[in-house]
Amino acid sequence: MSPIFATPIDQIGAQERVSRLSSRSIKKESKVQALHLALNMIDLTTLEGKDSPGKVKQLCYKASHLHDSFPGLPNVAAICVYPTMVPIAKKSLEGTGINVASVATAFPSGMADLQAKLDEVTSVVDAGADEVDMVISRGKFLRGEYQYVSDEIAKVKEACGDAHLKVILETGELVTLDNVRLASDLAMDAGADFIKTSTGKVSPAATPPVVLTMLEAIRDFQAKTGKKIGMKPAGGIGTAKQAIQYLVMIKETLGEDWLSPNLFRFGASSLANDILMQILKQSTGNYQSKDYFSID
Amino acid sequence: MSERINIQKTYKLFIDGKFPRTESGRYIKWVDSKESTLVNICRGSRKDFRNAMVAARKASCGWANRTAYNRTQILYRIGEMLEGRRDQFMAELVLQGLTKKQATAEIDSSIDRLIYYAGWADKFQQVFSRVNPVSLPYFNFTVPEATGVVGAIAPDDTSLLGLVSIIAPVIAGGNAIVILASESHPLCSITFAEVLQTSDVPGGVVNILTGYRSELIEHFSSHMDVNAIIYCGNEGSDRKLVETNAALNVKRVVHFPEQNWSKDQHQSPYHILKCQETKTTWHPVGV
Amino acid sequence: MSKTIKWEYSPAPEGTDHIKLKKQYELFIDGKFVAPNSGNYFKTINPSNEKMIAKVAEADKTDVDKAVKSAKNAYEKVWSKMPAKERGKYIFRIARLLQERAREFSVIETMDGGKPIRESRDVDVPLAAAHFFYHAGWADKLEYAFPGRKANPLGVVGQIIPWNFPLLMAAWKLAPALATGNTVVLKPAETTPLTAMKLAEIIQEADLPPGVVNIVTGAGKTGQAIVNHANIKKIAFTGSTDVGKYIMKAVAGSGKKYTLELGGKAANIIFEDAAIDQAVEGIIDAIFFNQGHVCCAGSRLYVQEGISDEVISKLRNRMETLIVGDPLDKNTDIGAINSKMQLKKIESYVKMGTKEGGSIFQSSCSLPNKGFWHAPTIFTDVSQSNRIVQEEIFGPVLAIQTFRTVDEVIAKANNSPYGLSGGVWTDKGSKIFKVTKDIRAGVIWANTFNKFDPASPFGGYKESGVGSEGGIEGLSGYVDLG
Repeated sequence: MSPIFATPIDQIGAQERVSRLSSRSIKKESKVQALHLALNMIDLTTLEGKDSPGKVKQLCYKASHLHDSFPGLPNVAAICVYPTMVPIAKKSLEGTGINVASVATAFPSGMADLQAKLDEVTSVVDAGADEVDMVISRGKFLRGEYQYVSDEIAKVKEACGDAHLKVILETGELVTLDNVRLASDLAMDAGADFIKTSTGKVSPAATPPVVLTMLEAIRDFQAKTGKKIGMKPAGGIGTAKQAIQYLVMIKETLGEDWLSPNLFRFGASSLANDILMQILKQSTGNYQSKDYFSID
Repeated sequence: MSERINIQKTYKLFIDGKFPRTESGRYIKWVDSKESTLVNICRGSRKDFRNAMVAARKASCGWANRTAYNRTQILYRIGEMLEGRRDQFMAELVLQGLTKKQATAEIDSSIDRLIYYAGWADKFQQVFSRVNPVSLPYFNFTVPEATGVVGAIAPDDTSLLGLVSIIAPVIAGGNAIVILASESHPLCSITFAEVLQTSDVPGGVVNILTGYRSELIEHFSSHMDVNAIIYCGNEGSDRKLVETNAALNVKRVVHFPEQNWSKDQHQSPYHILKCQETKTTWHPVGV
Repeated sequence: MSKTIKWEYSPAPEGTDHIKLKKQYELFIDGKFVAPNSGNYFKTINPSNEKMIAKVAEADKTDVDKAVKSAKNAYEKVWSKMPAKERGKYIFRIARLLQERAREFSVIETMDGGKPIRESRDVDVPLAAAHFFYHAGWADKLEYAFPGRKANPLGVVGQIIPWNFPLLMAAWKLAPALATGNTVVLKPAETTPLTAMKLAEIIQEADLPPGVVNIVTGAGKTGQAIVNHANIKKIAFTGSTDVGKYIMKAVAGSGKKYTLELGGKAANIIFEDAAIDQAVEGIIDAIFFNQGHVCCAGSRLYVQEGISDEVISKLRNRMETLIVGDPLDKNTDIGAINSKMQLKKIESYVKMGTKEGGSIFQSSCSLPNKGFWHAPTIFTDVSQSNRIVQEEIFGPVLAIQTFRTVDEVIAKANNSPYGLSGGVWTDKGSKIFKVTKDIRAGVIWANTFNKFDPASPFGGYKESGVGSEGGIEGLSGYVDLG
């Protein structure tokens, strides 16, 4: 592994940058455009112990029929599920162009030995997962065992084959932005295609300063290597307003290349409906009620 | 039997911790009121002042960076040395026209004043510094810092107490000073330089010139490397000249009218603040 | 999957229908709006489109004399006799009224001065209200500000303020003067008089006794009349070092007190171990805040050699994301240059910088046709001997040099007749204390830049001024210690 030089992040400075970015006022056409884009970037997610095949099927249907009474809407980018649900999702989404992402590597804790993790990755890829969302070993990271964390990511990447690898840092457990930056650099060095903030099981999940820090890491990685790494904030993003603020952050940090589901995703379960409500509001002029949007 | 011939003292300037004669070679004849003693005082020149300024500038940074505790001890040391040379000052003050009683009082006050400011040197910063409760996630604090090099025109009517009352707060605050001694009462001022020289005051921190106020005041107030100018004397054309010239490089101007320097109200930590700048520092508080 | 898209922000102009502006503004003397003695009015224009906003009265010597008389009368008969806590309540009242009308003030500030609405809304107006709030509470607590002394007011104070932060500077000046028991004759800058006149309306609404605050509009001559008026005890001025020196000369020998907030050419120092992305943001804030019309702007950048390529490249990229244009648009980062005169000055410095051999980079923003505009600009390949490194430009122009050692950069930072502010960026605590101590300037921002607060003293060393404003130090300029 190449030596890692820690890049310090000043928390207050990062917060100030975030609040300046979030003061952008996105109105009219630019808002409509942003809402459609955000919708198309969603990894529609269900990651619960009580998930059933029925629920996954419904979710998959919703992924390509977001609001049929309002034509012209894009699909979401992917469905994100637990490993056992991959075959069901794969089948349900056939022909839609929507990807299946599976969490893996003993999600959400990552508390398993390496071989068990690799076996899990192999099995979800074999089951047809297009994308794999792994978690890093936070315990090792916090103990300073960066080499272990890096090797693990590299091996998982190998096991992924053609599937895209998203590396979940679980930033809520890394606590500091210095750690977030270091983990981002480390994951990208080790072969991540995407870096992702959170499992959604730990609070805080994605926060704007964390996302900004990761975007800046991606930008610097591109400057250094020429490679474009994707970004996925996940957890805690429930409103269209938040989503738009993240799009502003991408545009002004990474540029328009990243304004695409190829390089940016939202991991969210309730975001889609809020965006839909906003789209309809923009179109009809009336504020919307949740009663008119399906809760799958 | 012939009387023993006295050895008379040569009064010189005090620049950079040394006692040079004026580079100009000029002198001022000084005679006491009984016309019993005649002294040739150096008539300091513009170039003497310039040399003193170079020395003061060189010394100022190091002096400001000494610990406050160290400055306190040195000021105390000046007091000690003055105490030990009472007789000499007594003789000169009497020669300059004071009664013995008045002279004793002036020496006492001068020593006490040095001790007073010695005690302030390691406290004024504490008393006048603050942590400011700003409405942002920042640690914000304000401290007084030495202004730099101070030019001073000493009070004319008192040669020791007035001089000490000007010098002490200026150097207690970490500044260097070039001071023009009383024109009419110069003897003690030069002798005080001898006290300074034996008191661990680094060379250049205090520089004392003698000469004509009317000749030198223009140069003191117009020199571009003087950060603050102290003018002692009454209202009038000199004050206006000093304040006008101060505008050249935005010198801080401090004015003291003629006053009885022995009064307690003329010693104060607020005098130290007159040659202090205010520095405020911001730093984020985060992880 | 879909391709990348071009996503531009739609215009998001702040509404102007709620603001109330008169066609003509009179002088505010003795609690009333009165016509000027000469009958003369000058125009104030919107620098972003050169359209006239209103006509404003021009005060001459007679008007100033009237204002001083009123202030003296108010001081002697009312203000100095009023219990301090009551004085404080008036100031609290002004703070509240200003908060309530914040939006209107922001819009007018932006129209009259050209600064982005984001700044007038988020910085100028809230800070102005905060200044009144902070100082109000001091009115009856001054014995705690000056241990061992009694703080006595001075009498009538003359205050002359600049065009870069019109309302905020009025607040900086008025709040401490009133809290310490003085009465005031204030002159706003001739290009930006409107928010001061709106403040006069608030002062009237607040029922402040007539004459306690008088506001006279006009240019240099009006200022001169204030500076030279025999019954004014103190001049508080914010503006150029040249005018500051003029004031020092004018009041020489008169016994008038003064505080001066003058020019600056702040060094902003970035060390290799700094948090670079935050430092780049700090560099941007330091020089492009308010189009660089900031006396404490970080206009000299010193980058440690090992990171200079990275910092400059990031700086350029960041400059490209700055939105230059309609100051009333909520997304605008860089507004209009305050006046044609100032624009010409900036342009001549930029020309000079190129002639001196500097390499110029300007963001590729397009500038509106009407109005006064200047693109964000940086110069590399410059040295201490370049005039654009030495002189205050007061515009969005940054001069960048590199350095190797701490001693070298401190020497360069202090190699200036100014000493208003400075910046230092490093992740190492002990280095921060070393550098912040050694920089000869009144405000040092470590790992940040251009932060302001009413509790935080602000003032310059050397030719950057005399005295401080804000905090306890700011009060001391308005009192005699008995």
